[in-house]
Amino acid sequence: MGSVPDKRMSAEDVAARVRSGMTVGIGGWGSRRKPMTLVRELLRTDVDDLTVVAYGGPDVGLLCAAGKVRKVVSGFVSLDSIPLEPHYRAARQGGTIEAAEWDEGMLLLGLQAAAWRVPFLPTRAGLGSDVLALHPDLRTVRSPYVDGDGAGGDQPEGQLGEELVAVPALDLDVALLHVHRADRAGNSALLGPDPYMDDLFAAAATETYVSCEQVVATEELARLAPLPALSLSRLQVTGVVEAPGGAAFTECPPDYPRDEALQRRYVEAASEPDGWRTFLDEWAAGTSGAPETGGNHG
Amino acid sequence: MAEASNPTRAEICVVAVAEVFRGDGERLCNPIGTIPMIGGRLARETFEPELVMTDGFATFTSSPLPPGVDPYRSEDGRIVVEAEVESFNPYRQMFSVLWGGKRHVMMGATQVDRFGNQNIACIGDWHRPKAQLLGFRGAPGNTINHTTSYWVPRHGPKVFVERVDVVCGVGYDRAAQLGPTAARFHEIRRVVSDLGVFDFAAPDHRMRLRSVHPGVEVAEVLEATGFDLVVDDELTETRLPTAQELELIRTVLDPAGLREQEVPDR
Repeated sequence: MGSVPDKRMSAEDVAARVRSGMTVGIGGWGSRRKPMTLVRELLRTDVDDLTVVAYGGPDVGLLCAAGKVRKVVSGFVSLDSIPLEPHYRAARQGGTIEAAEWDEGMLLLGLQAAAWRVPFLPTRAGLGSDVLALHPDLRTVRSPYVDGDGAGGDQPEGQLGEELVAVPALDLDVALLHVHRADRAGNSALLGPDPYMDDLFAAAATETYVSCEQVVATEELARLAPLPALSLSRLQVTGVVEAPGGAAFTECPPDYPRDEALQRRYVEAASEPDGWRTFLDEWAAGTSGAPETGGNHG
Repeated sequence: MAEASNPTRAEICVVAVAEVFRGDGERLCNPIGTIPMIGGRLARETFEPELVMTDGFATFTSSPLPPGVDPYRSEDGRIVVEAEVESFNPYRQMFSVLWGGKRHVMMGATQVDRFGNQNIACIGDWHRPKAQLLGFRGAPGNTINHTTSYWVPRHGPKVFVERVDVVCGVGYDRAAQLGPTAARFHEIRRVVSDLGVFDFAAPDHRMRLRSVHPGVEVAEVLEATGFDLVVDDELTETRLPTAQELELIRTVLDPAGLREQEVPDR
């Protein structure tokens, strides 16, 4: 009987795989199921000049505050219950990062294109808006098919198909994700209400590191949830980190909700000089009221 | 709480929002914001019963959830949704819904101009904004793919502006520049504010004052708007809620009265 490979490692090991100048994709959505233990470990390294691709939350905010980031490619950066992310906001207003702010769906297509190894995917999203004007590296493409004449039709001379936005592939060097359960090889069970784009981040990346609430035996996975919850397989996973509470203070239901008090403290500290560091120190020391599951990790 | 014969401004806004979705039939009604959510659900519970509603997260639900109510609960390591779930609609699937045109969204607008261009991204030059806001979110893809309306809880000249700082949601002038093929799914149906209801039914698709809320003077609206509104002889007063609508709003759709925080009565 074949056995699955053992890809378990520590959060420090993952952080050591990330090198300056890399493009790093981060799973989750806003302040939901973010791989915060992995991000906090990354903050301890001397890595910088990163391009971060995310539906951003405090992951993006902390990396910006810590000076790790050259460029953020995002559909938004938000804390959900608090709409504006303070560190990303400061970085934008201070001009300390380059930003690519795309339509949320364009980000999905960029990841999908990378996952499918095609240079771009077309969409109508972005046409007419300032997304195109403000991001001159975004190009359009003319359909080779005449309007209303689908695949297979010959294109009459002189007639043109419609113009669409060509969303470039978002090739990631590394993807960081946090999931509920995984086996030691990276087969994952996503037990929350939304898988977000996590499996696309994984498929778009050369290397994907998954932290999880708990490592379980492979045979446990299909007992935990209906099959659609098992959509991230070990084919897409390079390393597995067991990190209970690894998404805190962002939400990770059903395991735990967002720690709203801690998130409020995060925002409050952001207005102080070096407040992100103060916040992390307080959090590590357990003086910010972190949930039990999140107090001793990262 | 006001008497049925004396609805609050917030309740008038709720009904004005509901009216925005009239005639939509079986498509996703996706109002964002407190009064928009109450208004959308009012439409579904009364004159537009086939509307599909989202819980704001990952499901379509038939339950008339009040705003601010999170129907998700964790039980024995599983997610339980305390609502009548019709379907699973995670974010990824949402893009098939909206790019396929089966949605009418009501978004907020930090700025909106006479052609319905909307800004939620930032104030100032986008390259180094004075105030970073939400980014583009889904506004570009929404407006070019399906019907969009806007909600402005506090009408003023800094919101209704001559020119938006960043075009997130595409307005009628931009859509016209794209031509009829690219813009064939574009529709900005209405803007609802705490002062009135606006549409783009003028011949050149400039914003038109469609109705003023009871108790609001036309001059007040014009003064609070940073560009010239079209005012024609079709201008009316926004209709009052019926007794049944008020009952639903007050006892089922928003028993906590969150609407009055978004638009205080005056």
